[in-house]
Amino acid sequence: MKNNLKGWLYLLPSIAFLGVFLVYPLVDVFVYSFEEGFNFASQTYFGVGGYNYEYVLRDPYFLQALKNTFILVFITVPLSTALALLISVGLTSIKKLRNLFQTVYFLPYVTNTLAVGIVFMILFKQTSYSDGLINNVLGWFGVAPIDFVNGPYWAKMTMLSVYTVWIVLPFKILIFTSALASVNENYYNAAKVDGASSIKRFFKITLPMISPTTFYLIITGFIGAFKAYSDAVALFGTDLNANGMNTIVGYIYDMLYGDSGGYPSFASAAAVILFFIVLTITCINLLVSKKRVHY
Amino acid sequence: MDEIRIKKAARGDKSYISKTLIYFLLAVWATVVLFPFYWMVLSSFKSYGEYASEWVPKFYAASPTFENYGTAFSAVPLGGYFANTLIFTLATTAIMLVVTILAAFAFARLEFKGKNLVFTVFLALMMIPSELVVITNFVTVTDMDLRNTFMGLILPSVTSVFYIYLLKENFAQIPDELYYAAKADGTGDFKYLCKVMIPICKPTIVTVTILKVIECWNSFVWPRLVTDDRAYYLVSNGIQEIRENGFGRENIPAMMAAICVISLPLIVLFLVFRNKIMAGVSRGGLKG
Repeated sequence: MKNNLKGWLYLLPSIAFLGVFLVYPLVDVFVYSFEEGFNFASQTYFGVGGYNYEYVLRDPYFLQALKNTFILVFITVPLSTALALLISVGLTSIKKLRNLFQTVYFLPYVTNTLAVGIVFMILFKQTSYSDGLINNVLGWFGVAPIDFVNGPYWAKMTMLSVYTVWIVLPFKILIFTSALASVNENYYNAAKVDGASSIKRFFKITLPMISPTTFYLIITGFIGAFKAYSDAVALFGTDLNANGMNTIVGYIYDMLYGDSGGYPSFASAAAVILFFIVLTITCINLLVSKKRVHY
Repeated sequence: MDEIRIKKAARGDKSYISKTLIYFLLAVWATVVLFPFYWMVLSSFKSYGEYASEWVPKFYAASPTFENYGTAFSAVPLGGYFANTLIFTLATTAIMLVVTILAAFAFARLEFKGKNLVFTVFLALMMIPSELVVITNFVTVTDMDLRNTFMGLILPSVTSVFYIYLLKENFAQIPDELYYAAKADGTGDFKYLCKVMIPICKPTIVTVTILKVIECWNSFVWPRLVTDDRAYYLVSNGIQEIRENGFGRENIPAMMAAICVISLPLIVLFLVFRNKIMAGVSRGGLKG
């Protein structure tokens, strides 16, 4: 009995923190999302039902955010995963300078997303006194200057995708290189004896051996990309709706707080929708992986 | 014989070419990664006049100057943002460590009813996206009148189930014999935790600490929600504020100087502890 109490005593702080800031809010967000006409100041509401969801799903800002997020996800997840795999394979095949390259590649992971985002914005930005470095480089290939920050939709999406890939690659490269390092040398040696080309060895040995890792990275990549927000803020500023570059998470925060804020019920409904989108995508991934992944 | 030699030489050539190509491509990517950092440092040393007069930006600073760093600290309260972030990071990490170590100890060492159930619930909580809970937390903190206070910033940022899990795994590796020997000597549980378990698991505790420091230093969303008073801004919010209102939007060299100052502590931390950080991240992975 005494021991029982002691165990709970040690757990008490973490249970208190998790209870107040994780479990209670989790229940509450569903409650909020069904309370209609919730008033933040008086903490009252006048009905229970699906109106918040209806409102959010009709809100053009939300639909824009939904579209942006989906495009971003389906561009950056395949691109970054493939690029990370390519870089990791190259990294594993060399010995000299490997540590140096690895350290350099990991650097973006520890830097502040907002800080470096501003540097990216400046590289891409067209101002009255300069077209910006990226436009200068594009100019060498005869491309007319493009306004990446306030210009056409595809230009803004390109910049956001480039930055997102740059930001998420360090994690993926790290995970891929440790997976590649753990593939048993004997398989390669046996394949070499049989005269398999290096391309064949990659597709017949490496890829199947690391498929659980690839799968893990694709799932976490999807989840992470669906929650994109700070990268967009870094590039386009906090008023993402005005720029047409809002994301689902951005929409949630805008509903909650800021100039367009004060609507926790709408924010909750959007958060629940995001949760179910991510859940669905994860389930689809799991189903596909059952057929494709070799454990 | 000759034929074999020629073949071998040809293969040697081929692998030499492919090696060179690999090094070239890796160097290209390294340049892509480092270039924004180079540009950030470079621009911070250009004077405003120099920067604004370059229609095609130059890759060097003709007359390097430190004046932007002065502007960064005098025109916006950068020092204040820095101090706030430091307080926030240290306090959050310290509280997190105490809470995490106590919980990990209970899960790894103590026997009590319901332990496995609670541990399973904890693991399940790892899956909850922060976007779902941030709304209620915002309302809670507002109701408790904790907006624009360190309490409001710190308390919801403390919990990290993943670190409890990581530390519990490490604690569980310590042989039981040590515990029973200590018990026989009359050492209490808490003393055993402090004198034996924590020293043995120091490497993991250091890793957890560094990862949390990085997370705190870069946190943006929660601080943005609960602070609208500049006196409580953290560096991320400070950058955003500088970007939108500070310096005059066009003074990019001063902005770059501010960003350099803000990024430096983490880059130094990373270079010192890079192996620990990379090992820790590859075990858990915080960002997707």
